[in-house]
Amino acid sequence: MANAHARIERSSFLLVVLTLIVVSIGGLVEVAPLFYLEGTIEKVEGMRPYTPLELAGREIYKREGCVGCHSQMIRALRDEVDRYGHYSLAAESMYDRPFLWGSKRTGPDLARVGGRYSDEWHAEHMVDPRAVVPQSIMPAYPFLTRPLDYRRIGAHLAANRTLGVPYDEAMVAGAVADLEAQLQPETPAAAALLRRYPKAVVRDFDGNPAVISELDALIAYLQVLGTLVDVNAFRASGAEQR
Amino acid sequence: MTRPEIDKFTGTETTGHEWDGIRELNTPLPRWWLWTYVACCIWAFGYWVAMPAWPLVSSYTHGVLGYSQRAVVAADLAAARLDRAPQTERLAAMPVGAIEANPELFGFALAAGRSAYLVNCAQCHGTGAAGARGYPNLNDDDWIWGGTPEAIEQTIRFGIRSGHPQARDSAMPGFVADGQLTELQARQMANHVLDLAQGNAGQPASAKLYAETCAACHGDQGQGDPKVGAPRLTDRIWLYGDTRESILATLTNGRRGVMPGWQDRLDDATIKQLAVYIHSLGGGK
Repeated sequence: MANAHARIERSSFLLVVLTLIVVSIGGLVEVAPLFYLEGTIEKVEGMRPYTPLELAGREIYKREGCVGCHSQMIRALRDEVDRYGHYSLAAESMYDRPFLWGSKRTGPDLARVGGRYSDEWHAEHMVDPRAVVPQSIMPAYPFLTRPLDYRRIGAHLAANRTLGVPYDEAMVAGAVADLEAQLQPETPAAAALLRRYPKAVVRDFDGNPAVISELDALIAYLQVLGTLVDVNAFRASGAEQR
Repeated sequence: MTRPEIDKFTGTETTGHEWDGIRELNTPLPRWWLWTYVACCIWAFGYWVAMPAWPLVSSYTHGVLGYSQRAVVAADLAAARLDRAPQTERLAAMPVGAIEANPELFGFALAAGRSAYLVNCAQCHGTGAAGARGYPNLNDDDWIWGGTPEAIEQTIRFGIRSGHPQARDSAMPGFVADGQLTELQARQMANHVLDLAQGNAGQPASAKLYAETCAACHGDQGQGDPKVGAPRLTDRIWLYGDTRESILATLTNGRRGVMPGWQDRLDDATIKQLAVYIHSLGGGK
């Protein structure tokens, strides 16, 4: 008995098979249930896939590595809830491919940054962070005022659909038009966009209506973060207690 | 297998492997290590019973302690609310203008308002509330939308041009962009505005243009009107800078500074604490 492991250690085949079995049990118990347990993703009202403009902004957020310094995950701890608002729900990142929760906060958490600042503040802050927050150590991103390349945004939506985000045929086909419409308030195209993506913010974000810039997309994305789910209604339902 | 060989120096079994006359000892695990390992296993079994652990078909075992991080934070927040309730409940029930007359609540509101200010307001208005270009200085006595505690509370609650139906709303038009002024006239007006700020009456022709174009909002003497958020022009306090270029840019394209409303993010007591704190900064009316 004391030497039973010697048999396993002397047969590399047996060692590999048994190791695989042990590791798979760990994986199955820890990962698989998240796909079917009902409590994993809360049932909430208001979540929708990102609009094409927001999705393009999310790509810039990824490209510039914002996730390296900003988390998007308010943990269920008193000081975080006091500072940033209601803790993040799994449902709030259900359409994130991949999620951008991050694990480091050199800058503040951004999970509920939507509506916290004006567009103008964001635009100035991206171009020169020190202009609005003198003590900021954030790098400047002045080049984001360049035009946004959104020719492939339809394919981008389709790729997300492959991964399970519920974009329908009309959303994919109309992606370019929807992206442009989000910058043109009170047009029929904007009304169509709002029917497809409720609560989308429609306006020119970067203060320069002449150009659809990367800044437009990034600010549209930042302004939607944390605004879709009514967390007060979620709290009232008592669902948070589990 | 051959019978284990005993190393004669240590009295321990060897593995039977030999390299150049060197043999490997098969030393058993130290007892302390083994018992720690067994204790960890026992602890793990206890943990499964006490804490949420195992996935089931549609739910999971909640454990006999029923621990939930979300319940813990809800309890923490409730305890914090209860701690402050003696003051915050009275603050929430009180009109904001009456708080300063109550020394105990006033002191509480100032301290709480300052910390709420640093979390929520300092990013735009500055850590010392000195403002920045486009974001008003809150330390002076010049108030675009009114400087009474009530007016400040209203501004914090609903914001300025925030899209909320009760938000303060108006716009400085882009007079040149809209074709109401020529570029030459705009330059003339920019000089006139600089004259007003110095306390001069300005050129008669410019004064006439001012009366026709600007006086409706900014007042016939340039005194401003907090009802429509038109800044006073007869002082040297500038929201967008005191350069001729900046004034010209304002006249050309207009200004529509936005302040978000905080009604949905902050509770009643916090908004009133903020109003009291900001009112106290030096220039309240």
